[in-house]
Amino acid sequence: MFLINCPYCGERDQSEFSAGGEAHIVRPKQPTELSDDQWAEFLFMRKNIKGVQLERWNHAHGCRKWFNMARDTSNDKIHAVYKMGEKPPSK
Amino acid sequence: MKNKYSIFSLFKNALSYHENWQKAWRDPEPKKEYEAIIIGGGGHGLATAFYLAKKHDMKNIAVVEKGWIGGGNTGRNTTIIRSNYLWDASAGLYDHALKIWEGLSQELNYNVMFSQRGVMNLAHNLQDVRDLKRRTHANRLNGIDAVWLNTEQVKKFCPIINTSPDIRYPVLGGTLQRRAGTARHDAVAWGYARGADEMGVDIIQNCEVKGIKRRGDGIEGIETTKGFIKSKKIGVVTAGHSSVIAGMVDLRLPLESKPLQALVSEPVKPIIDTVVMSNAVHAYVSQSDKGELVIGAGTDAYISYTQRGSHDVVEGTLKAILELYPIFSRMKMLRQWGGIVDICPDASPIISKTHIKGLYFNCGWGTGGFKATPGSGDLFAHTIANDEPHKLNADFNINRFVSGDLVDEHGAAAVAH
Repeated sequence: MFLINCPYCGERDQSEFSAGGEAHIVRPKQPTELSDDQWAEFLFMRKNIKGVQLERWNHAHGCRKWFNMARDTSNDKIHAVYKMGEKPPSK
Repeated sequence: MKNKYSIFSLFKNALSYHENWQKAWRDPEPKKEYEAIIIGGGGHGLATAFYLAKKHDMKNIAVVEKGWIGGGNTGRNTTIIRSNYLWDASAGLYDHALKIWEGLSQELNYNVMFSQRGVMNLAHNLQDVRDLKRRTHANRLNGIDAVWLNTEQVKKFCPIINTSPDIRYPVLGGTLQRRAGTARHDAVAWGYARGADEMGVDIIQNCEVKGIKRRGDGIEGIETTKGFIKSKKIGVVTAGHSSVIAGMVDLRLPLESKPLQALVSEPVKPIIDTVVMSNAVHAYVSQSDKGELVIGAGTDAYISYTQRGSHDVVEGTLKAILELYPIFSRMKMLRQWGGIVDICPDASPIISKTHIKGLYFNCGWGTGGFKATPGSGDLFAHTIANDEPHKLNADFNINRFVSGDLVDEHGAAAVAH
């Protein structure tokens, strides 16, 4: 349980948001040409990092916009919030 | 040789004020090399070591544990045991475990307080009714006891449930598995530890694995806070931290680790003599032998390793509990905690070889691993000893995420994962 600084609405309780999991997983451009291994990688395999993880969140009970976050999963501290399409912070 | 626990040993030790009990397990320093090493000293890991020594004659093995044994999810779950899963593969796996539970206290000479008080799963809408009836039929075809109860029978079986049609999610019926129940979770870890230790297994606590050293296409050993330990066979049973260990050898796993919460109330006199679970409103409750209500809440939706969990998840669960059991409205909650569960996309576990020779993973138990502890240990030991899965865990391999042969228990099992 923590507060999230929505880039559009400001600081709100985490319960207003939906977690969207690991960020920057690129949808395959040519889905028909993918092998089973590549599909498994895209659909199922996750880094599941203990430490700073880049992830997607949605302000479901607010502006309903998606954005990205860098959060330390070992203590739930949020290091950065950045909009969709923006590059993740360098560290 | 361990002294046998019995009424006579209890009497004998009472004469010396219980100050001279033999230690249940040793506290050894790690040897240089083992035939096999199990990473993770929870119930599943200790059971694996126990069955490796007992059934596969591998005595020169070690269990390495970062903290103390049974201090992770083994000591954090709500102790529910059942095997009423929908799919054949899961039914085989969980009922194998349930059959071992039925004789476990005798097998270990350790009272795990296994109590077959029954588990009832409630239906709150027409889809629930259809799903649960279908599951009862599937269970019976697999030889697993299951009965459908209508609302009056639910009320009769557990009178404190509010079966009024006026509540937000009325009780339309439920399923009952009478062979299901609960066990004392700590005792499971301690019993397996004592049994494994007696056969020569080294249980090494406060020993964190820092790295896995590879050689060629296999394994050379593990780097730990107590130095390097050689072994060609490594079994990883680290629940929420499975991805962390897998990351040491660049193995990709389909897991997400999330906090799952539970809470207990102040102790009261016996009020509920069974386990009641409700999928639709996500609330389940039983009563421990100490008298506390043991309440299972849900997981947080986000990845976290914090062993805490969010307050709104607890609030949601308690709202549902209060509507179903108005009698609990003035109960005070005593303790709340979280455990980190590793959830697979299909809510079924992985008990499998990997592409690295000698490296085995037992993970992905998600929110329901405790019930499987003896079966999981038995089948994982078989997999490690023979380098081949047992037929009961063959479907639970890592490759199912590539082949698409998922064992989809999401929603199919008796409770939301």
